[in-house]
Amino acid sequence: MSKDERPLSPHLSIYRWPITMTLSILHRMTGFALSIGLVAYVVWLEAIAWDVIPYATFYAISHSILGQVVLLGWLFSFFFHLCNGVRHLVWDTGRLFEKHQTITSSWIVIISAVILTGSYWLFF
Amino acid sequence: MSLRSPLSRVLGSGSAKEGTEHWWMQRVTAVALLIIGLWFLVSIAGLSAYDRAEMYRWAGHPFNAVMLILASVTLAWHSILGVQVVVEDYVHGPFLKVLALLLNKFLHIFLAAAAVLAVLKIALGDFSGDSL
Repeated sequence: MSKDERPLSPHLSIYRWPITMTLSILHRMTGFALSIGLVAYVVWLEAIAWDVIPYATFYAISHSILGQVVLLGWLFSFFFHLCNGVRHLVWDTGRLFEKHQTITSSWIVIISAVILTGSYWLFF
Repeated sequence: MSLRSPLSRVLGSGSAKEGTEHWWMQRVTAVALLIIGLWFLVSIAGLSAYDRAEMYRWAGHPFNAVMLILASVTLAWHSILGVQVVVEDYVHGPFLKVLALLLNKFLHIFLAAAAVLAVLKIALGDFSGDSL
């Protein structure tokens, strides 16, 4: 029997997609996006300090439509990662581990992140 | 029966020779970034022009400069720990994995050093921004 024909234990495709899984994946994705954002943060500081990368260029790019979309993405990533991070810290104390609680907290995190992102973006 | 001595158990040392350090520092830097991140968003929202002169004055303010240095180091630290887990999960093969883990650390520390130097230059130089 070749390797491909062996029976496999149930994997991702076999389960109904739970909201908690979405949150888990989003936490990693937003975290990685923020790591990329760290590069932009440092370039921004270098531009302010030395103008080696001209600050005007940085300003123009960040105020272009594409730049604004990326900034909005980082803002949402920040708030999502922050809210879900707090959820993780609560779990670390051993609380809210019941199935229905993890589903409720998932929605609280999503709604909080969207509201925070929206209100900061409009206020800003 | 465990062959581990009570001392090694108490130090949390498994076969990897390190215990809860990664997990714990991820939490410590997370709490720090919660504070620093919210400070950053609130502080930067109070500005108006966002041109270089205004950013220079803002970043050169002693309190802001300290917070920016803390932000740079803590962000890089938290990011090292996070990206490390991603590399360990998705990059396979001993050579590639070790290379990626090394690059992860080197690049992050480079970014942190560059950011700290930039803030120091702004804060220790003429931070009125008039000379720009």
